[in-house]
Amino acid sequence: MSTAPTHAPRIERKPLAQRLAPHLPMLLIPALMLLGLALIPSVPSWLTLTVSGLAMGMMIFVMASGMTLVFGLMDVINFGHGVFISVGAFVGVSVLLMLDHLTGAPSMVMALAAILLAVIAAILATGALGWAFERVIVKPVYGAHLKQILVTMGGLIVVEQLIIVLWGPEEIYIPRPEALKGAVTFAGAAMEKYRLLAVGVGAALFLAMRLVLRRTKIGLIVRAGVENGEMVEALGYRLRMVFIGVFVAGSALAGLGGVMWGLYQEVITAHMGQQIMILIFIVVIIGGLGSVEGCFIGALLVGLLQNYVAFLEPKAALISNIGLLVAILMWRPMGMIPVVKAK
Amino acid sequence: MSDPILSLEGVYTDIAQYHILQGVDFTVPRGAVTMLLGRNGVGKTTTLRTIMGHWRARAGSITFDGIDITRLPTPAIARMGVGYVPETMGIFADLTVEENMILAAASGRLDPARLERIFAAFPPLKTFWKGQAGTLSGGQKQMLSIARAMAEDRRLYLIDEPTKGLAPAIVATMAGALKALKNEGASILMVEQNFAVARALGDFAVVMDDGRVIWSGTMAELVGDGLLQERLMGLSLAAGH
Repeated sequence: MSTAPTHAPRIERKPLAQRLAPHLPMLLIPALMLLGLALIPSVPSWLTLTVSGLAMGMMIFVMASGMTLVFGLMDVINFGHGVFISVGAFVGVSVLLMLDHLTGAPSMVMALAAILLAVIAAILATGALGWAFERVIVKPVYGAHLKQILVTMGGLIVVEQLIIVLWGPEEIYIPRPEALKGAVTFAGAAMEKYRLLAVGVGAALFLAMRLVLRRTKIGLIVRAGVENGEMVEALGYRLRMVFIGVFVAGSALAGLGGVMWGLYQEVITAHMGQQIMILIFIVVIIGGLGSVEGCFIGALLVGLLQNYVAFLEPKAALISNIGLLVAILMWRPMGMIPVVKAK
Repeated sequence: MSDPILSLEGVYTDIAQYHILQGVDFTVPRGAVTMLLGRNGVGKTTTLRTIMGHWRARAGSITFDGIDITRLPTPAIARMGVGYVPETMGIFADLTVEENMILAAASGRLDPARLERIFAAFPPLKTFWKGQAGTLSGGQKQMLSIARAMAEDRRLYLIDEPTKGLAPAIVATMAGALKALKNEGASILMVEQNFAVARALGDFAVVMDDGRVIWSGTMAELVGDGLLQERLMGLSLAAGH
C-alpha cells in the first residue's frame, strides 16, 4: 500500500454573507424593534411596548424551551405540555395566597421571597408530574406520533379535570405582590415592575440553559442526542435517562412559566396552559424543532410582534403571529435555527 | 484460531418484515483484525448493528469476552469496551471536533498522550479542533469517526466501511491509522469493500452471502487461493447482478 501523502488542509475565510447567515435570526429581534420604532409614533409608547413584548417573549420561552428539547431528543410531540403550565400556576398561586403576609408587605425582598417559594413549589410539583406523565403516558407511545398526539391530549384533559376537582371550576384572580405593583418611569415611558422582573428572569434562565448546554458534559449529551440519539447510545450514554431528566426539567420550567404567566395575567384557569400552547407551538416551530436558541429568538419575536401589532392595529393582533409563522417558514422551512437530524 | 473475544451463534435478525440475518455464526479472535466481506446487502452492516444492540437478534446468541450480550442495551455494550464506527460515520455535525471527542471519552477525560497519537494519525483533526464537525470534508469526518472510537481503550472495535467513498490519499491515511491500531494489539471486526485494504489489514476473513456466513478462515488462505476467491467473490458478483 502506498504511503499517505502529506495532508495539510487550509482554512479559508468564508465570504461575509456566509459568515452572517447563521446570525441572521438573532438580527431579526433588533430589526423588529427598529420597525416598531419607525411605525409607533411616540418613543415612550414604543419603549413600554418593547418591554412588554420582551417580558411576554421571555415567559413564552420559559414555557416552550422544555417542549422543544423533548421533541428534539426523542421525537416526542407532547400536546399535554400545557398541563404543566396550568398545574404550575395553580400550585404557585396557592402558595402565594398562603403567603399573603409576605405579598401584602411593601418590601421588595419579601415579595421576591414569596414568589421564590411559590416558584419552588411549582417546580417541584410539575417536575414530579412530568416524571409520572413520562412514565405513564409518553413512554408507551415512543416512535408513534399519531398516538403521542392522542394520548398526550388525553393526559392534558385528565389533568385539567383534576385541577377543576382540586381548585374548582372558577377562575382565580391573583393580585401581584404589593412591591411589584406599579411601574417605573424611564425616558418618559412607564414600565411595569413585574414585566421588568420577567425580562430579567427569562434572560437569566436562557443564559443558564445556554451555559449548561454549551459548557457541561450533560449539555453536550443533550445536544448530541437531539442530532443522533443512536450514536450517543453507541458511545455508552443511556439516552433514556437523559430524556427523562430533560422531560422533568422541561415540565418544571413550564411550571415556572405558569407561575410567571399567571402573575402576568393576574388570573388563572385550568385551561390557561392549553390556551397558551398555540403560541408555544408557533415559537417551537419557527425556532426550529429541538433548538433552544431558535426557541428563544422565536419567543421574543412573537412577544414583540404581538405587542406592537396590538397597539397599531388591535384587530390584527390575533393573526400577526400566524403571519410570522408563515413568513419564517417560507424563508426557512425547517425553522430559523434548524437542528440537523441524523436519525 | 486464538481465543475469541466475540462469538456469534445462529444469529437471526429481522428488520420489519425482512429476515436479514439468517443464522450467522462466526468468531472474532482476540488481538487480530477480522474482515467481514461480501457484496452489498448481504447483512454485514446488520451484523455489526446487531452486535451493538441497535437491532435485536430474534434468535441466537452473541457472546463478548465470555458474557452474553444478546439482550443488553447499546450503552451497556459500549461501556463494556466496544468502540463502534458506523457506516454513516455518526459524527455530531452541530458540535465541534473537540466536543465530539469529549463525548467519545464516556468514562472520563481525554488522555493527552492518546490525543497526541490521534493527532499524529489524523493531522486535520488538530487543525480543525475548534471547528464545527459538520463543516469537515467527507474524509475528515471519517477520521473523526475513527478517532472517536480510539478516544478510550476499547476491547473490541466494530468498524463499518471506513474507506467508503474516500479519495485514494485519504484511504491510505485511514489504512495507516488502522494498521497502527492493529499493531497495538487491538481486536477489530471490520466491514470493508476495498479488497486491497482488507488484504493489507486483515488477519482473518469472514465472507457473508444472503444473511449467512459462507466461508471463514485466515486472510492468507483467501489471498493465496485464487480459486477460492473466484468462487466466493464470483458467487457474490453473480448474485449482485
